[in-house]
Amino acid sequence: MSGRPAIVIPMNGTAIAATGLRKAYKDKIVLDGVDLRVQAGTIFALLGPNGAGKTTTVNVLTTLLRPDAGQVLVAGHDVTTQTRAVRAAIGVTGQFASVDDLLTGEENLLMMADLLHLPKAEGRRITRRLLGRFDLAEAAGKPASSYSGGMRRKLDLAMTLVGGPQIIFLDEPTTGLDPRSRRTMWEIIRELVADGTTIFLTTQYLEEADQLADRIAVLDRGRLVAEGTAAQLKRRVPGGHVRLRFADRRALDTAARVLAGSATDEEELTLRVPGDGGVRSLRALLDRLDSHAVEAEELSVHTPDLDDVFLALTGHTDKEIKA
Amino acid sequence: MTGFSATLTDSATMLRRNFRHTLRNPLALFNAVIMPIVLMFLMVHILGGAFSVGVDYADYATPGLIMTTICYGISPTAIAVNSDMTTGFINRLRVMHVSRAAVLNAHVIGTMLRSLVAIALIVGVSFLMGFRPSASFLHWLGAIGIVVLTVLAIGWLTIAFGLAAKSPASAGLIGVPLMLLPFLSSAFVPAEKMGAGARQFAEYQPFTSIIEALRGFLTGAPSASSAVTAIAWCAGTMLVGYVWARASFTKRG
Repeated sequence: MSGRPAIVIPMNGTAIAATGLRKAYKDKIVLDGVDLRVQAGTIFALLGPNGAGKTTTVNVLTTLLRPDAGQVLVAGHDVTTQTRAVRAAIGVTGQFASVDDLLTGEENLLMMADLLHLPKAEGRRITRRLLGRFDLAEAAGKPASSYSGGMRRKLDLAMTLVGGPQIIFLDEPTTGLDPRSRRTMWEIIRELVADGTTIFLTTQYLEEADQLADRIAVLDRGRLVAEGTAAQLKRRVPGGHVRLRFADRRALDTAARVLAGSATDEEELTLRVPGDGGVRSLRALLDRLDSHAVEAEELSVHTPDLDDVFLALTGHTDKEIKA
Repeated sequence: MTGFSATLTDSATMLRRNFRHTLRNPLALFNAVIMPIVLMFLMVHILGGAFSVGVDYADYATPGLIMTTICYGISPTAIAVNSDMTTGFINRLRVMHVSRAAVLNAHVIGTMLRSLVAIALIVGVSFLMGFRPSASFLHWLGAIGIVVLTVLAIGWLTIAFGLAAKSPASAGLIGVPLMLLPFLSSAFVPAEKMGAGARQFAEYQPFTSIIEALRGFLTGAPSASSAVTAIAWCAGTMLVGYVWARASFTKRG
């Protein structure tokens, strides 16, 4: 990304390792024994509702907050005793775009280069390249206050990248963005990890974690309630099924007879058939209906999504906590 | 780069930023100048003729107006510091290992430069309104010294307040007591002419001794006791502001 030499991460390819992380404010426990391990060069998503402790976790991992207990190694350095070495290896984009509104996009980036004590020419070179890469070249000379939400987030991330960090922390990088800007941000994040960067992101969007992350940890009230790939998490939840809707009661009854294990909804004239919704099993299902001369009006496949996972793991939905 | 030279470089970078802020938000400077000018017209031209203070009223009121200029111009500092804190800008700098000294120094120096420009304008206007100081070169240096010390004291206190405040709007509130305090001092009428209670308050509050010290220098008759009290007040306030600001900078985030 920049001209800085890449920092070689020891710890056998582990970029972030945290054990027994605890943090409390007065008598309110925010983190209650969190263990994390993030492989270098991967995207790790910390998923949880508002107030689960996501930002506190990021603040501890990025040296901004001292944990009450537990050990954290980031890029092989202890966050409490080797603050400087950790800071040299990481970049952080906070929950709110912390760009300077009165400066232009270009001036914001040049200011970062100056604070990193990069030579002037190199600072200008990196700035030009980041502006181009994030589609901000045209707006480079305009004050950041005139930028849209998506542009501000991009500038914010570009500012984080000036120093060429090895590990990037993104605290809710797409909260408040419109769907299109969110997709752009996802593409940028995927490109970063393709360059070999490690990404630690927090999100309250299940879809975002599903789309981006190699591994997902679910944080709920200061505790990790699950950790794994999106597929592993989904497997912990039953509920994949195919839904068939029929034109009349007669067709529904016939279908219910031939398809074992199905459940009927007589009012809606629908049939719920357990299954993973794969092409092969779908074909078999339709063939079977065909051979009994039953035709379905409508067919839809339901795979369990992370919302189901969240509900199954925590016993409450995201919305309940927010309320 | 050693720690000290890194702090110097970073202070310069941050100061450049604050300087751009002032240029692009000229309203902040305008506010600092326009109210004291209105006040000057009001006090010197309209009300002043009725006050009997023993000397020409323009000469009497100018030191107080210099103080109100500092106070009217201070809110932007509190708001700027607080926005840096609440938008996560300071966290960004902390993760980049930029020293807090660089961030805070830049705000102090920026405030100082803005105040001095505003004060220069105000003094220019008071000359037009009949201000005739009888200060020698050394007296002028003493007057400038008092002004610089006052800006440092109020500046550090404001920065601390801005860091500790919950939102930019509440940070800006520090301007309110600061704008009122000079009126409850000997800025516009001598304390001994005030009613009971107000008189005692005016006699002992910091602005009175600071204004008396400044007035002493500008009229060419410096008062050692006022100067010593003024310096003590400024040094004390500065120390409180500085310690408070450092603590808030580290704690928040």
